[in-house]
Order: sequence, then C-alpha cells, then structure tokens
Amino acid sequence: MTRSVRRTRRTRRTLQVAGAGAAALLALSACSSDDSASSGSDSSASATASDKLSGEVTVFAAASLKESFTTLGEEFEKAHPGTKVTFNFGGSDSLAASITGGAPADVFASASPKTMKIVTDAGGASGTPATFVRNQLEIATLPGNPDKIASLKDLTKSGLKVVLCDKEVPCGAAAQKALDASGLKLTPVSYEQDVKAALTKVELKEADAAVVYKTDVNAAGDKVEGVDFPESADAVNDYPIALLKDSQNTEAAQAFITLVQSAEGQKVLTEAGFLKP
Amino acid sequence: MTSPHDTSAAVPDTLTGGPRRGRVRTRAARGAPLPLLLPALLGLAFLVLPLVALLVRTPWSSLSDQLTSPEVWQALRLSLLCATAATAVSLVLGVPLAWLLARVDFPGRGLVRALVTLPLVLPPVVGGVALLMALGRNGVVGKWLDAWFGITLPFTTTGVVIAEAFVAMPFLVISVEGTLRATDPRYEEAAATLGASRFTAFRRVTLPLIAPGIAAGAVLAWARALGEFGATITFAGNFPGRTQTMPLAVYLALQSDPEAAIALSLVLLAVSIAVLAGLRDRWMTAS
Amino acid sequence: MTALGTPGLDARLVVDRGIFRLDVALTAGPGDVVALLGPNGAGKTTALRALAGLVPLTDGHLRLDGAALERTPPESRPVGVVFQDYLLFPHLTALDNVAFGPRCQGVGKAEARALAAAWLERMGLAEHAGARPRRLSGGQAQRVALARALATRPRLLLLDEPLAALDARTRLDVRAQLRRHLAEFEAVAVLVTHDPLDAMVLADRLVVVEDGRTVQEGTPADIARHPRTDYIARLVGLNLYQGRADGHTVRLDAGPSLTTTEVLTGPVFVAFPPSAVTLHRERPTGTSARNLWHCEVAGLETHGDQIRADLTGELPLAADLTTVAAAELGLHPGTRVWATVKAAQTHAYPV
Repeated sequence: MTRSVRRTRRTRRTLQVAGAGAAALLALSACSSDDSASSGSDSSASATASDKLSGEVTVFAAASLKESFTTLGEEFEKAHPGTKVTFNFGGSDSLAASITGGAPADVFASASPKTMKIVTDAGGASGTPATFVRNQLEIATLPGNPDKIASLKDLTKSGLKVVLCDKEVPCGAAAQKALDASGLKLTPVSYEQDVKAALTKVELKEADAAVVYKTDVNAAGDKVEGVDFPESADAVNDYPIALLKDSQNTEAAQAFITLVQSAEGQKVLTEAGFLKP
Repeated sequence: MTSPHDTSAAVPDTLTGGPRRGRVRTRAARGAPLPLLLPALLGLAFLVLPLVALLVRTPWSSLSDQLTSPEVWQALRLSLLCATAATAVSLVLGVPLAWLLARVDFPGRGLVRALVTLPLVLPPVVGGVALLMALGRNGVVGKWLDAWFGITLPFTTTGVVIAEAFVAMPFLVISVEGTLRATDPRYEEAAATLGASRFTAFRRVTLPLIAPGIAAGAVLAWARALGEFGATITFAGNFPGRTQTMPLAVYLALQSDPEAAIALSLVLLAVSIAVLAGLRDRWMTAS
Repeated sequence: MTALGTPGLDARLVVDRGIFRLDVALTAGPGDVVALLGPNGAGKTTALRALAGLVPLTDGHLRLDGAALERTPPESRPVGVVFQDYLLFPHLTALDNVAFGPRCQGVGKAEARALAAAWLERMGLAEHAGARPRRLSGGQAQRVALARALATRPRLLLLDEPLAALDARTRLDVRAQLRRHLAEFEAVAVLVTHDPLDAMVLADRLVVVEDGRTVQEGTPADIARHPRTDYIARLVGLNLYQGRADGHTVRLDAGPSLTTTEVLTGPVFVAFPPSAVTLHRERPTGTSARNLWHCEVAGLETHGDQIRADLTGELPLAADLTTVAAAELGLHPGTRVWATVKAAQTHAYPV
C-alpha cells in the first residue's frame, strides 16, 4: 500500500522536474532580454510569467541574507499573486545538514561554496549552483568608534576585546584568511559560533570589536560602526544559490532564483552591503 | 437484618479471594503487565538508540588520533573543572535557598519558587543573554563590577562557571527542596528543644538528614553543568583553554568535521558515565 | 498565683488555631509530675508545644522558676522534650544523640560525651551507646530520648505520649522504669497522654482536657473516684450519672432513682464501677439491693478475664461479670436482664 503511494509520488516528481526545466529555460531567456530593457518592462515580464506560477516556495538561506531576501520574497509574492515564499534563515552549515537530512526545501542560498558542496555532494541540488553575490568582511566597532580602530592591525592592540567567528564557520575562516594574508597575529577573547553571535557581543558592548560581514554591519544599523579594511579583499566570500532536487514547486522556485539574480534582486542585495558576483 | 448482611459479606469474599490468589501468582511469574512493559521498553529504546547510533558511527580507526589531540584534553579538563566549580557554587547558594523555600513560610513563596525554577524552562541561550545583561561589562551589575573592581566576567573561565551554575542550580534546589519537604521538620524542633539555634539545627541535624538528597541534586546539577552549551557560549564565549568546554568544542567541530565531533562526544559520555557511576556507588548507597 | 521567683511552673496557655482555642492553666511545684489527659484533638499536644516554645502563645503567661518564658525561643528555654516518636537523630549514635544537648549548651566535646555516657549508664543503656537509633528497640529508644532530654538539665520536662509508640509488653516495663526516673527528677514534669493508666501510674496530678479546656483537675485517685464527665468516667471504667439528691435518694436525669449511702441535697454525680452491678434473668426477690432496673444487653466484650456487658433500657450502664456467670445467664445481645447495684457500692458527690 505504501509502496504504490510512493511510486505515484515519484512519477509525479519526475514530471514536475521535466516541466521545471522547460520553465527555467523560458524564464532565463526572459531574464536575459530584460537586462537591456527598462525596469518597467522587467516587472511586466514577470507578471506574464506569473500566470503559471502558484503555490509555496520554501527557501533555506544563510542568516546574513535575512533582510534582503525578506524584501525579495515580498516582491516575488507581489509580482506573482497566488504564490507564497517561506524562508528558513540560519547558519549555512546547519541548513545544509537539514537539507541532506531530508528537510522539505525548494531553494538553498548558502554563505559559502563549502556548505553548498555538502548539498551537491549528497546529490541534493538540481543543476550547478550559481554564485549570486559576494560578501566582504568589515570591522564592527562600538558606535562612534571610541577605540579609534582604523585597520586590521589596530585590532591587535592590547587591552582591546575582539571577537572573531570560529574558524569552522565561513566568517571565521574568511577572517583568518585576511589575518594570515596580512601576517597579523590576533588573539580574540572568543571565537563565536556564528557571525550574528559575534556581532551581538559588540552590540551589547561586551566586546570592543568584531570581524564580521559588511552586510551584518549594515543590518545592525547604528548599534555598531563599520570600518573597512583593505585586507578584506583577500577574503571575499562567494554566496551560491541552487534549486533543490526534491523541490515540489520547481517553476516558482526557479522564478525566485531568477529574481535574486536579476538586476532588481541585485539592487536589493547591494543595498544591503553585498558585492556583485 | 443480620442474615442478608452475612450473605452479602460472604459473596465478595469468595469472588475476590479466588482470583486474587491467582493474579498474585501470575504477576510473580510474568513480571510487569504488558501495558506498562511495552511503553517502558519503548522509552528505554528511545533513550538508548541515539547513543548506540553514536557508537555505531564512531570512526574507531581515527579515534586515537582525535583523542591524542591536546585540544580535546584541554576542553575536557576545562569542562570537568567548570562543572565541578558550578556544582560547588550551586551547593553553597542552592542548599540554603532550598531550605528557605521548604522551611520558612514567607509571603510570595510560590512566586519565589517559580522564579527559581525559571532557568529550567528558559532557553539556555536566552539565559546567557540575560546573564550578559546582568553581569556583562555593560550589564546592570557588571557595570559596577567593572568600574569598582575592574572585574569583567564575560569571556572568562569564571564566566563559564557562572553560566553553568545559572542553568544547573535549579536542579539542585528542586531536588534538595523535595528532600527537605519529605524530611520531618520536627527533627529541627527536637534540636531546638535541646538548645540548638536554627543554624546549628540545620548544620548538625537537617544537613546530615538530607545528605542523600543533596548528593542526588549535586549529581544532577553537575551533569547539567557538564552538558551546558547555550548559556556558556552566549555569556562566556568560546576560546580554547579558557572558555571552550566540551559541548562547545563538539558543536564547532560538527560544523566541519562530524567525525571529530562524535569522538569528542564519546569522550564526554565516557567521562560522565564513569563519574556518575562512581558517585552513585559512593554517595547513594552509603545513605 | 505563684509569686515571682517561686520555683516551679505557673502557666496559662492560650493558643488560637482557627476555630479551635486552647485555654489551659497549669501549675506545678518542683518534683511534681502532672499529666495532661484527654481525648485525641483535645489540645494536649498543642499545650505541650506551647510549653516548649514550638507554638507561640496567643495569650496568657508562662513562668518557670519565676522567669517569664513567653517570648523565649525554644532553644533558650530550660525545657526538655521527649517526643511521641522520640525523634532521635537517625544519623547520630545513641551517645551522640544524648551529647547533642550539652554540646549545644557549650560543653566541650569530650565532656559532653562523658556526660552522655553517664546518662546512658543510668538508663541501663551503656552497651548501646554506639548504636544508631534504627538498631534500638522501642523501649531502648524511649530511654535514649529520655536521657537526651534530661542531659540538658531542664527545669521542665515534657513527655508527649511517652508510651504510645510501644507494644503492650514493652509498655509495662518502660512504664515502671519511667515512673522511677520521673520520681527521681527534681524539677517539673508534664506528660501528655490519652491513656488513663499511664496518667495514673506516672503522674501525681491529672489535668483532664477536653475541647481545649480543663474539665477536671486533681489526684489520680480523686479523679478516678469522682469523675465529672462521661469521658473521664469511661476512661476510669465507672458508670457515671448526674442527678438531684434528696437524702439517700438521687433522682437521675436519665430517669430512674438511685439509692446511695451518702446523704446529700442538690445536684450531684453518682458513680459506681461495672463490677458492682449484678445481673439476673428473673426479677430478684430476696435481694437487699434497692437499685433495680430492667435492661437489655446491647453488646458483650471480653475485658481481661471478665466479660463486660453494655446494657440499655431503664438505665444505660456497663456491668462486669465472670465468663462462667455470663454463660450461666445465657447472655447474648437482646437478652432482657435485671440489673442490681448495692447502695454501699455507689458513690455520690456534689457537682
């Protein structure tokens, strides 16, 4: 009894994937023609596509994407009435773990190629992931920068409480790369488990500075002050996005990915502090 | 009046007498009844299965490499040290608190008890944030600690002990209060009539009487402190040798190297089983 | 009553507990043993706890050897308590239990233990000094509890149902021993019991408490002969009636009249023991007994080697007779009998 149910579901899924491929081709061609066109015709093109789109799209996305993706989700729902975008923001590692563990998701947007690789290695992605933005490190200091931090080297000053992300998580690995590239040796008071935790320590004034993503500094508003440093160019993080194989709504999912990669999507993301790929 | 009464008394006698004897025999032969046995075994399996799975998936070949890394021992040493210190703190503060809740009738006692047990339901991460708000460099109390004594608690080993004690102490208080309530308060009265002040009575009579409950509470608190993650990483951060306890090391290892995480977990499991079994033999049976 | 500085106990204990109010006056000189006797829930234990300071007084006073103790906390009162279930500290040996009091009073450890050893010796418990309470028999535990209370040299010794936790056989021995120790005790002893025998054997004076109030006070013999309430009469095993006397005749409130040897007028109590009652199947003719009532057997119970018959009818009463006599009379519930009591065996006294 269960076997027959499973079989019908599987056939339906293969049909959907086949259909999604066609839809994706259509959407991609529409998108490429939009690049030259004005933004007004862009939205009208999406509107025509929306005739076919409906249902729910579940997007698993890195925590740093929260603000920009939420905005894009609203835009998507507005452009395609009848659709609903549900997000699950979290650490890329744990998101990857839940996807390979069988969590129902249509799209995965990760903060590092390494975590995306966990999903692709497990055969969870359909097609090759594409880098849609890049994120750059920035130093977050207390408001007004009371410790006069101007460079990465300033963080090594004694008496300064600096927090870094743990080397095991993307922002920590990136920070270590930047420090290594500039030949600096920095002993933080703590290696935080993720970028938001590192930033929180500065927001709560428990730490004097943290090395985090530019986007996180932007999102924190005036609770922290960002200081750019040239070494960050050596440690830029690629953010890949991919349609997932187990997607139940590939057409809408692909349309969302397309939106993220569109000029309109990129505008929202760069406003949040991301770099174009 | 008497005769119907007699027969009615005789009927249930024969009815209950026979089957009862039979039921006793079958109960002795078969052990527990099925409606209890089945969920009990399911419950046991539910608790043990994940641990078995951990053992099954353990990379036994690379285990020795994992275990020889000094970082593992550093984290383990720190874990044991902090959990023990947190238990000591819980004992010193928690036992008197439990006594107060069990023995002194004051207005708002129910509310105080609820407050004491709050850390049990509070997500530990929230507990860690709350500790930062209170004892952090910029916290309600921590501000003055910093200004007057130059003491900052976050990112220190002391901070780990505080975070663990915050989460573990309610277990001790609940356990000791329960034991106190089960202990006859008249022993304290007897001590009073013999000339003992309330404190002497507590020290020389109540404390020895509730020792088994204190031991059980301390073991619970210690175990909870040993496994503490959320409040610790939030309040004390994560720095190897200073604030990185085993659970933190396990969590971070899990991000990149699940095998290492499993190995670390095994070490933590083995040590806690050894310590708990040892304590149980020494404390629980002595009482 | 007792002037300031007079040795002994002078107390009026008033304790309000919701709707229950205890109001009992107690006085006793050094060497006196007073028993608070009463049914369960009469307030005896509350009175004892008030004396020990474990329950605050709502009103009244408490003076011991002239010193006011109302506001003194229990640990500072010169009062020793033997609790009903002894409350020996289970984690301490018999010796350390007894040494506990002196230690709290500031006596050095070695000295306190020597003192305790002496007390245990006196109680005949020297060989049990190292035993934990769990390993002591009921009687031994009772004596350790007594030694523990006495080791603090109290000026007031309180005993709460000292024999209630013991089985019948041990009770006999312990009662005799306790009597000896109480006789030796030079200060005031107050014991609480619901057992009239304990009270009468151990105490010089009884205070009968019912519903929080003293209903009768006196020597055991006096109370046994002149009970003033049904409760006491039942306790001491007497048939007790209230009535109005006119010469040798007392018209009982219960109905019939009764002839006594005393000559009294006005309201009186009349009492006679169940053993003074004789039962007959036929109306006796040649008997000199003038007190004759027609009754019905309501119940029969064995009472030692006797049978006690509970009678209803003209006059409700209890009668004791031998098993042989009961068999000859063919008594069973419902049997109609004639009961007689000789006037010489009745006892009348004014209310």
